[in-house]
Amino acid sequence: MELLSPAGSLPALKAAVDEGADAIYLGLKNDTNARHFAGLNFTDKTMNQGINYAHDRNRRVHVAVNTFAHPDRSQAWFDAVKKTYDMGADVLIASNIAVLEYAATHYPELELHLSVQAAATNVAAINFFKQFSVKRVVLPRVLSYQQVANLAQDTDIELEVFAFGSLCIMAEGRCYLSSYMTGESPNTVGACSPAKFVRWQETDKGLESRLNDVLIDRFVDGENAGYPTLCKGRFNVEGEITHALEEPTSLNTLSLLPQLNNIGISALKIEGRQRSPAYTRQVTQTWRRAIDAMKKNPAEFQVQQEWDKCLSNLSEGSQTTLGAYERTWQ
Amino acid sequence: MEFSMGNIQFYWDRESTEEFYQKVAGSSIEHVYLGESVCSKRRELRLGDWLEVGQELSKNGKSVVLSSLALLEAKSELATLKKVCLNGELNVEANDFGAVEILTAAKIPFVAGAALNIYNQHDLKVLFDRGMQRWVAPVELSRDWLLNVSKGCEALGIKDKFETEVYGYGYLPLAYSARCFTARSEDRPKDQCGLCCIKYPEGRKVDSQEGEELFRMNGIQTMSGMVQNLINDLPSMTGLVDIVRMSPHSLEVFEWLDKFENALVDQSRISTEGFCNGYWHKIEGMKAV
Repeated sequence: MELLSPAGSLPALKAAVDEGADAIYLGLKNDTNARHFAGLNFTDKTMNQGINYAHDRNRRVHVAVNTFAHPDRSQAWFDAVKKTYDMGADVLIASNIAVLEYAATHYPELELHLSVQAAATNVAAINFFKQFSVKRVVLPRVLSYQQVANLAQDTDIELEVFAFGSLCIMAEGRCYLSSYMTGESPNTVGACSPAKFVRWQETDKGLESRLNDVLIDRFVDGENAGYPTLCKGRFNVEGEITHALEEPTSLNTLSLLPQLNNIGISALKIEGRQRSPAYTRQVTQTWRRAIDAMKKNPAEFQVQQEWDKCLSNLSEGSQTTLGAYERTWQ
Repeated sequence: MEFSMGNIQFYWDRESTEEFYQKVAGSSIEHVYLGESVCSKRRELRLGDWLEVGQELSKNGKSVVLSSLALLEAKSELATLKKVCLNGELNVEANDFGAVEILTAAKIPFVAGAALNIYNQHDLKVLFDRGMQRWVAPVELSRDWLLNVSKGCEALGIKDKFETEVYGYGYLPLAYSARCFTARSEDRPKDQCGLCCIKYPEGRKVDSQEGEELFRMNGIQTMSGMVQNLINDLPSMTGLVDIVRMSPHSLEVFEWLDKFENALVDQSRISTEGFCNGYWHKIEGMKAV
């Protein structure tokens, strides 16, 4: 079971490699990937350095080209595929049929992983994407543990699951909440609840967070004020002010580690290319220790308090959840 | 340009559903979508019932399509999806690539639903080669985007080889989740939801703390808080759109169907205060132009 860590920059990539990630995933500095944030991602130069750094230490690099190609400039997505291949990356992560088909026909030797953004949740959908010779599928965060286990039994394709990080509560790649509110879609622009639409304001009623002028949340003194990801705001449902969709919280599957290993999951993905190198370092270190401990003695595996503490400190709202893996969350 | 009646995305009881389709049968609408696309636990009507409704509508001259589930999680849902796809009578709207796979394996032509991630001409070419006859565009796409897709299709030699449909009227389906928001709003676990969404035939409102209408909960689906209405945008659809979808949340949809049909003929501008149409104009979906 491979540990796959996020890198939004060269220092983050190096930190992940140093702390024992088996592979690192990254994106180019444009809208071809789903973490298209200012100051983030890789230029030709840093990508080249990053790939060399990882390869020198026998680690693999995955490149995410996982937004959806625009009809008037699809070539930008095809160029990103070409670059991934030319630079010697090990894996292309893609979701868009256009990108998958281009990669499969032009670079058949490039290993293809189906991005979570393709939202393949069932065997039939996975079979559809087999036509592009996809080797691995990244599962959306909508399946319970039992459903993941069933899928692992029913398909011969490698499965990768999200292990830790910000929790996307909708089927990825099929959520238009952000474009409904801001006009910019994660699928086509590469960011959910983009920072340029965020506004903070101290008012008589408390600290307000807004996204494109829409009030997402209001905090009283002492409350932990998180980033206004729009599905994690407090809204009014018939008079009740509540986190109507989800609370600010992160996914943490440490407690599921032995089971995920048992059902043959190929890789555990850590979310967070938008986070700092320090985040990547700490999360990678913790998960490396946990995976090693589990592999050494699966029957006796226990989550160490210090691991949980470290991960909670790095989580949204300092809270973690098993998310959809656990039926009660659903 | 023709009109379609989208499948009922909310959970209506059997009586309301049957009454609704009697009205649809008597209406002038050309295309009708039927069936459950949101939650597999909703069974006021089962596949056999939907096929019967479809037969009646076909007798009334309607072109009928069976909509399939958008988010599949359990194995039982996949089994049902197979039955829907291989129903042997009605065309199917594929709302997940699982459905596309089942239909293409059986060499059955299909409608590519709005819940599929189809964004460009290359995607459409792949699906067209596998039997797609109609594309329902993702709700977030603008006129400009469709124009670029159309140009791209022309270059690939597939323009006019399939129909294009857009959501013209109704609450927009914006997202799908493992979580049932309606059950959660009543403090019920999803597995003991009591099918409580049947109490909210137009969904449950989610407003900002300042009273702005943001979303509607509809089980595991999140919909737009406002109704999209593209009646005044019909002229700008010429040459791009073949079918305009009316997505029902109440019987009001029939009044708007009349208005849309009239607007096509007399090109009059209708007041659309309180509605949104931003997506079509390449801005926030919730805004109005």
